[in-house]
Amino acid sequence: MSLLSIEGLTVALPKDGDRPYALRDVTLQLNPNEILCVVGESGSGKSMTASAVMGLLPEGVTVERGRVLFEGRDLVSMSDAELRKLRGPRLGMVFQEPMTALNPLRSIGSQIGEMFKVHTSLSAGERDAKVLALLEQVRIPDPAAAARAYPHELSGGQRQRAMIAMALALEPKLLICDEPTTALDVTTQAQILELIRDLQRRTGTAVLFITHDFGVVADIADRVAVMRHGEVVEQGPAEEVLNNPQHPYTRALVAAVPPLSPPAAQPLAEEAIMEIQHVSKTYRKAGLFGRNRRVTHAVRDVSLSLPRGGTLGIVGESGSGKSTLARCIVRLLDPEQGSIRIEGQDRLALSRAELRRDARRIQMVFQDPYASLNPRRKVGELVAQGPMVHGTPRAEAFRRARDLFELVGLDPRALDRYPHEFSGGQRQRIGLARALAMQPDVLVADEPVSALDVSVQAQVLKLLARLRTQLGLSMVFITHDLRVAAQLCDCIAVMRQGEVVEQGATAEIFANPRHEYTRALFSAVPGKGWTPPVAFGAEEVA
Amino acid sequence: MRILALALRRLAASLPTLLLILVGLFLLLQLAPGDTVDALMAQMGGGDPAMMEQLRSFYGLDAPVLVQLTRYLLRLVQLDLGFSAIYGKPVSDVIFERLPVTLLLMGTSLCFAFFAGMVLGVLAARRVNKWPDALISTLGLIFYATPPFWFGMMGVVAFAIKLAWLPAGGFEDIGAGHTGLARVADIAWHLVLPVTTLALIFLATYLRIMRASMLEVLTLDFVRTARAKGLSQTGVLLRHVLRNAMLPGLTLIGLQAGTMLGGAVVVESVFNLPGLGRLAYESVVQRDLNTLLGIVFVSALLVIVVNFIVDLLYAKLDPRITAGR
Amino acid sequence: MGFVRRYLRSPAAVVGLVLLVLVVAMAVSAPWVFPRDPLSLAGRPLQWPGANPNFWLGTDNTGRDIAAQIFHGARTSLLIGLVATAISIGIGIVVGAVAGFYGGWVDDALMRVTEAFQTLPNFILLLVLVAVFGSDIRTVTIAIGLVSWPPSARLTRAEFMSLRSREFVQACRVLGMRDTRIIFREILPNALPPVIVYASVIMAVAILLESSLAFLNLSDPNVPSWGNLIGAGRGVLRVQWYVSAIPGVAILATVLAVSLVGQGLNDALNPRLKSR
Repeated sequence: MSLLSIEGLTVALPKDGDRPYALRDVTLQLNPNEILCVVGESGSGKSMTASAVMGLLPEGVTVERGRVLFEGRDLVSMSDAELRKLRGPRLGMVFQEPMTALNPLRSIGSQIGEMFKVHTSLSAGERDAKVLALLEQVRIPDPAAAARAYPHELSGGQRQRAMIAMALALEPKLLICDEPTTALDVTTQAQILELIRDLQRRTGTAVLFITHDFGVVADIADRVAVMRHGEVVEQGPAEEVLNNPQHPYTRALVAAVPPLSPPAAQPLAEEAIMEIQHVSKTYRKAGLFGRNRRVTHAVRDVSLSLPRGGTLGIVGESGSGKSTLARCIVRLLDPEQGSIRIEGQDRLALSRAELRRDARRIQMVFQDPYASLNPRRKVGELVAQGPMVHGTPRAEAFRRARDLFELVGLDPRALDRYPHEFSGGQRQRIGLARALAMQPDVLVADEPVSALDVSVQAQVLKLLARLRTQLGLSMVFITHDLRVAAQLCDCIAVMRQGEVVEQGATAEIFANPRHEYTRALFSAVPGKGWTPPVAFGAEEVA
Repeated sequence: MRILALALRRLAASLPTLLLILVGLFLLLQLAPGDTVDALMAQMGGGDPAMMEQLRSFYGLDAPVLVQLTRYLLRLVQLDLGFSAIYGKPVSDVIFERLPVTLLLMGTSLCFAFFAGMVLGVLAARRVNKWPDALISTLGLIFYATPPFWFGMMGVVAFAIKLAWLPAGGFEDIGAGHTGLARVADIAWHLVLPVTTLALIFLATYLRIMRASMLEVLTLDFVRTARAKGLSQTGVLLRHVLRNAMLPGLTLIGLQAGTMLGGAVVVESVFNLPGLGRLAYESVVQRDLNTLLGIVFVSALLVIVVNFIVDLLYAKLDPRITAGR
Repeated sequence: MGFVRRYLRSPAAVVGLVLLVLVVAMAVSAPWVFPRDPLSLAGRPLQWPGANPNFWLGTDNTGRDIAAQIFHGARTSLLIGLVATAISIGIGIVVGAVAGFYGGWVDDALMRVTEAFQTLPNFILLLVLVAVFGSDIRTVTIAIGLVSWPPSARLTRAEFMSLRSREFVQACRVLGMRDTRIIFREILPNALPPVIVYASVIMAVAILLESSLAFLNLSDPNVPSWGNLIGAGRGVLRVQWYVSAIPGVAILATVLAVSLVGQGLNDALNPRLKSR
């Protein structure tokens, strides 16, 4: 008999929402000692499924039909008091963002110990001993110190380990993980995934694992369920679904995962359009009376060159300085050392006024599709205002904006709409059009696809690749994702703690990474052993 | 220890602010028509110009502005606030006679307003958009919109005149010659109406911020974690929500210390309490600018001290503060 | 339009709007309904409300018509409230915008000044200003505006600081826009709504500050003011308490109206917050 069995679950959203149901007729089984991955894009209802099992649906969201049978008892019809007795001892849950999921005002030890305080009659001393044992089990360095620490004093990975220790404190039969590694860096993600897999094997706990990432699925799942618009479109053993997907949506999702091998290299121009030499950026935090003075070397002595018409990928984890470097290149930040030459002209020597006049040489595309467009301006204006600032007549600028909309695959008639009327992928296209309107020599793209769903991400990547050949764009592409870098970049620089540890042609680095950190990055890529059975971008979501 | 270091650093940071205030006020008073000597003369019913000149040089009022400012600041460092021509004694003496009454009034009102506001805010947030919330929120709004002096006067009409339960004003019944506990009880008796008056306005503010921040905290992720741990509604509230929700209210105490002192001026006037606020009012009426300036200085110090205490409490409640984020 | 409908959905906001319209109507109609000088002797002093049909709210201790003073007082209160709020918000927006946008030492310096103003109890500072510059109605209004700007500066600054680091602002800088254009045309429209809502709080406080000042006889005695009337009624509080009670209700209603409208605007502007 299965441990958890969701039968025909239909969950209704509040009346005035944009759609009536969050989940429609969802049926899933989870057996003891098994990891079931529920995979889907945003709005697929995968997280709602987890909340429904825990009985933690948001206010106004209600179960309309169906049952959630856990050990043979229906959780939906259970009273709140009964359900509370199960949460913790029988059902554990790990959330996506460990920083906000932990109470900032209480120590890690007291938050884990609370599990025992609420559900057992252990003494304070026994509780402390249990907490230490748990922290050791999740392999936190220095468990005693971690128990005393507050959430803000730990790293993201350590916080998530603490969350897992808390969820597993009472050895629940079912562990629900809602995107537990999405907020983490790749190397940390690999460690946490290994930890979950390892603990699951040792304790025999069943795991309901929610994720958007097929790579993670390939690493961890025994069985897979694919969700879309609140419905399960396909489920089966991981082997089957990953290597022989049946449903067109699943096939499209799999085709949207960029393979970890670069396509055949294109010939590159010898001459560089941009030369970055010995650039350093340091942050100083001055403390009063000389205390708390901290110096952070965000970018340290970086030298790179961008070939004309080529794409230079800058790859690194958070805190590697890649975004700081991007902002130094466009002079949103002023590096204190080095030179950045575009067509021979040193950007760092320019005054503010000269920079403003010279804005068309270099433009930027940003990460966040929501924050990067002024919500109070029509999108046409957003695209046209750059040229207009520099003296292009309004009519001319709008005509060019219309052309650009067509170029980036948007309806030119949408020019007088506001940003909130567009989806995330469309907004990134608008941001791209805004940058291209200036006809820049160099385009800097700071993680332009990392906030997007996989299928949308694949489309934007294809668009960028097309524009590169069509317009002969020279591009600096910042990313944390080696898969993305493989598909788009001609050469790659790997950054760690402000320094470039390795750079070279993409094909060369992928074939033969020399620096140990590069190798660590490669071995941490989720699903590295799995090659998507459908060619990249060959099939698209209908 | 780290908390203390932090608080001391904050205190040191408020010194430039204080200096700015003093310089600003000094320059402001230079703009004022008439000076101490004019006030003195007016008090004595006029005098001849030669004597006024003499007095001016005696008080140093004939020196250049910058010299006067330096002298003034030097005197302040020694807590010498000058001489009150009206009261015929040093300003600091006048102020420190009146200070305890104001401190008592403010302290009691603040405690009452803060704790009652917290409790009512929690009650309202727990029954959000139901009738207890509607009732509490409406009352809060009405208290907030009521002019404090009017509230006090209506209190006097109802409880002192019509019902004769409470005294209409004054700090204590001096004629009765109470001592020890009896005196304490007498003072408390006299302070019931003033404290209620002053507290009700601020109660409304704390109530509103507590309700809002409770609702805010309830949407945070760690509340969901706490529920996923199997905590009961009350458990979630007591162990996770309350402390987080109290922080904005605490900040507000610091921000509102000055406003509260301003409220004390009016309330002390309504109830004839011999406090700092009433002194401020009297010195405006009598054009005793030395005393007024002294009061401003002391109340600025008071606000800084309140903020210092709030900082200490905040750092005690929130471990993120000492980390210097 | 969705905004109006969202506003009208809240009964409290509608009550506030109705009250506010009433007060404004009183203020506007005062010269026609009570054409005589409201501060001149009208009849026998201390007539109770309803005792004389000519004075349906009675007369005060110097024989002035209370109803006339209430109507003309509405003018004073609203005018002082509006002008003082405009001054306060104006200073606040400029200081907050510059401090929040530039950060660094500009921010430090401006925030020191703001802090200095916040450290001084606003009412006591108001007393000082009145003591120095006199209590002419114009002086009082400007003084109230001067003592109440720091919160709006802090609010604007906080908005600017969060918007400044938003990517759309960075995009504007990369496009080569001037700072003034970024501040006033790109950031300010986004930062304004919460500040506008906060104006209702400032207006409420301004009306209360003026009435406190008038109550203490420190406001302009030649202008009909609710606070003045309450102060005048103090002497006869024991028996003729209505002289103080009636203008108090007027202040309460006005401040309540302003607050409710402000809250209604806030909820209508942030529908997400309202629904929870």
